[in-house]
Amino acid sequence: MSPLLTIMTLLLSIAMIGGAWVAIRSFSLPMAILAAGLVSLLASVMFLILAAPDVAMTEAAIGSGLTTFLFFFVLGRVKGGEDD
Amino acid sequence: MVDFLVYLSATLAGAAFLLALSRFLKGPTLADRIVAFDVLTIIAITGIVLVALDEGRSIYLDVALVYALLSFLGVIVVARYLERGF
Amino acid sequence: MDSLLDLIGGVLLVMGTGFLFLGGLGLVRMPDLFNRIQVGTKATTLGTILTLVGAIFLHPEWGLKLALIGLFLLFTNPLSSQVLARAAHRIGIKQSPATKVDRLIELPWRRP
Repeated sequence: MSPLLTIMTLLLSIAMIGGAWVAIRSFSLPMAILAAGLVSLLASVMFLILAAPDVAMTEAAIGSGLTTFLFFFVLGRVKGGEDD
Repeated sequence: MVDFLVYLSATLAGAAFLLALSRFLKGPTLADRIVAFDVLTIIAITGIVLVALDEGRSIYLDVALVYALLSFLGVIVVARYLERGF
Repeated sequence: MDSLLDLIGGVLLVMGTGFLFLGGLGLVRMPDLFNRIQVGTKATTLGTILTLVGAIFLHPEWGLKLALIGLFLLFTNPLSSQVLARAAHRIGIKQSPATKVDRLIELPWRRP
């Protein structure tokens, strides 16, 4: 593993912990969904650094694209029915 | 020489990543966080290209292609959610 | 010994990521949302395109795939920024006091 990839892995780990912290501790539901999408985006780059491009492609298409889309769609539909 | 230039550009991209991440973590409204999310996606595309250059494998570029196709989808969905909540 | 194409590609890589760094700096320093949208789209689009061109100079056999990535970025990036700016203007996000002109508010077909 070259030093570039090692430093990039450290940076991505710190950023993933920060995004997960926002996703758990945020009081606003859209911000939590967006932070979960950020964690998925960084996890995809992490899979790529770990030399698994097919897993990274699936994570990019489903985890970062489709899941965020579905969560916002459902959140727009159920709005007004719940308090939080 | 070229290795040094690639490392320098990776350092600059990492600094841009940290700045955009700080805006994502403290952004006052939801729209600020969406802008930061978009910028983070574009920086991730650049990082994937740099990883592909460092490893010398062109199969990694397919992931960057998927991101370039899908990066606008999340922003448009959140913008529609902001505008009228579907 | 590096060839001239490799040197040109490396310098283009550094220039592109320099524009990415300027975009991130503007994202932190700009006063309101619309300035952040503008700096977060224009500077990062130019930076990514320059980085892709530098990668084409470094590896000419990857040219088709890199050019395709750049083409998709040119299609989708202004679209997302325009949609986001329109939505932010419609839900009434305040501009910075330094901004004097708002052409969108005086259009006749704008919904109240």
